[in-house]
Amino acid sequence: MSESLELITTSSDEGTLPLPEPQCREIYDKMLTIRRFEEAVLEIYTQGLMRGLAHLYIGQEASAVGICSALNDDDYLTSTHRGHGHLIAKGGKVDRMMAEMMGKVDGYNRGKGGTMHIADMSLGILGANGIVGGGMGMATGAALSGKMRGSGQVAVCFFGDGAINQGAFLESANLASIWSLPVLFVCENNHYGEYTAASDVTAVREHVAERAAGFDMPAMVVDGNDAVAVHQTAVEMVERARAGEGPCLIENKTYRYRGHHVGDGDPEKTYRTQEETDTWLAKDPIPRFARRMLKAGMVDEAELESIDADITKRVEDAVTFANDSPYPTADEVTDHVYA
Amino acid sequence: MSTPERVITYGEAVREAIAEEMRRDETVFFMGEDVAAAGGVFKVTVGLLDEFGEERVRDTPISEAGIMGAGVGAALTGMRPIVEIMFGDFITIAMDQIVNQAAKMCYMTGGQASVPLTIRTTIGAGRSSAAQHSQSLQAWLSHIPGVKVAIPSTPADLKGLLKTSIRDDNPTVIYEDKMMYGLKGPVPDDDDYTIPFGVADIKREGSDVTLVATSSMVHTALKAADMLDKEGVSVEVVDPRTLSPLDMDTIIRSVEKTSRAVVVDEAYRSYGVTGELASRIADEAFDYLDAPVKRVGAMDVPVPFSPGLEPETIPDEAKLVRTVQGLFHDVAV
Ligand SMILES: Cc1ncc(C[n+]2csc(CCOP(=O)(O)OP(=O)(O)O)c2C)c(N)n1
Ligand SMILES: [Mg+2]
Repeated sequence: MSESLELITTSSDEGTLPLPEPQCREIYDKMLTIRRFEEAVLEIYTQGLMRGLAHLYIGQEASAVGICSALNDDDYLTSTHRGHGHLIAKGGKVDRMMAEMMGKVDGYNRGKGGTMHIADMSLGILGANGIVGGGMGMATGAALSGKMRGSGQVAVCFFGDGAINQGAFLESANLASIWSLPVLFVCENNHYGEYTAASDVTAVREHVAERAAGFDMPAMVVDGNDAVAVHQTAVEMVERARAGEGPCLIENKTYRYRGHHVGDGDPEKTYRTQEETDTWLAKDPIPRFARRMLKAGMVDEAELESIDADITKRVEDAVTFANDSPYPTADEVTDHVYA
Repeated sequence: MSTPERVITYGEAVREAIAEEMRRDETVFFMGEDVAAAGGVFKVTVGLLDEFGEERVRDTPISEAGIMGAGVGAALTGMRPIVEIMFGDFITIAMDQIVNQAAKMCYMTGGQASVPLTIRTTIGAGRSSAAQHSQSLQAWLSHIPGVKVAIPSTPADLKGLLKTSIRDDNPTVIYEDKMMYGLKGPVPDDDDYTIPFGVADIKREGSDVTLVATSSMVHTALKAADMLDKEGVSVEVVDPRTLSPLDMDTIIRSVEKTSRAVVVDEAYRSYGVTGELASRIADEAFDYLDAPVKRVGAMDVPVPFSPGLEPETIPDEAKLVRTVQGLFHDVAV
């Protein structure tokens, strides 16, 4: 069965970029924004300006951006503890996200949720999640709702390689399949759940996407560091879902360059090897995409630098915005327990 | 007591208890997410894999319902599993296996079956972990006949109760406060040191008011007691140590002496441990009481992330002091 699952990838350095230039610019902008945002989170966390647990998305940017660039504004997504990238890719504002990181009143959730719970209902972002597998049922339900309302909306459920071993996956995938729901299950396989290798705790031949066969839904194994491959796969699957043909399972093979969360030590000293990390660093999705834009003549080096400078400034402004925002006042603590 | 003592942390107490029981009984094994190679996310089980190997110290997939069920099944058939649920909030996913299966098996089978399963999990807010990583859900399983529940506040209590629970033939749950893993305290230096379930401990003697406190709130109560002492109020702090079975005798004897009682637990205030304890005191110690029994708990709100809000919701010593003062004067609390 695994024979039928070929890795979907595009040849990165051929000088072709099979997407319109504005779209390429947007994909690049979003990926770099995620990278710079996460670097800023690392910094404020290290400075003690942020509490809780910060799970960085650095290295996985092509997955979120490739998928979300195939969505409409009113499509839904559910995210995870490692959710900052998904939110930015779906259009989340970095200043309000940064304020939420610090628990400030101008944050998306008025400081009540923090890094693991950011939501923006106006963008269809139904929330990051502190529970591994917590979004699977909800994404399925959002797809059911879209179908019942005849809205044409689809739902994307992001989750990790670790989450696919939750019972919730079986139950949600089965429901989505029997009811032909417009949901894309997107497994971001970064090869580890916390400090445990996926291969040690996951019974598959080679790819977690093989499990889709058991639910009679299509499976795709994608080079998750190739924004073009991810995007093209998503476009096809979104179209299929909107046409009423049901769910799919997309496995984006990728890697997180940092630890599980900020402050939990150096992964290369414990549960993974430097060689393995180096292999993945060579496939860094951002320089890879930049090289293609350069070869296609969409940008030159100078412009890449100025794009980076703009993004860096936007993220710095977000940190300033967050720093200047106050904590919510104590009287807010009992607000919003009920609608 | 002549037993020599050593000072260890609350986290080391976990490791020592598991290691000693695994050496003592080869049917004991330990499993959970990231507990083996990484030694647990709180690093309290480091070294167990090295000593006991992969067969008995198992890293599991992220599958709470599955591993709890496997724990129940192994316990039914001759093993003594210890299952870790990393954050107490995640126990919700494994609830059927504990509540409908493990807890009822002995009774439903007319005593044929037993489930010697130990569940370790965490409680406690205070690190901006937000609403899904900060709850203190000890009331849930205390509500269930057939499950025994321990909620230790010191390294010595943790070690003694965990060892007892591993030896017990019933499903037991140990609620460990994740903020206390670094807390140090003396522990008897004896491989056979255990503490029976159902025996409360008086953590401080006093004569004017009884503070019944659980887990981290024992330490909050001790701080409040110091503050009240300066005002001339003598506080007795009683730690039930196990919620099920519950040692009411020690609590009643204390209230008989002091005539006043305040109950404090870190969980949401409504429908929880404080409600149960307060009603039992009001009922069983009615004749001794000079004031209504008061209770202090977390606000009935999901635990907020913001450092500006979280501390508002958790009981602290100031709140306890005000509550105690209110029993003596008409202080608004
Ligand atoms: C139900 C539940 N179990 C355990 C955890 C603790 N936990 C948080 S993240 C994580 C690993 C998740 O791995 P994966 O799904 O691969 O996502 P990644 O962190 O790699 O993005 C674990 C075990 C949790 N938050 N929720
Ligand atoms: Mg992973």
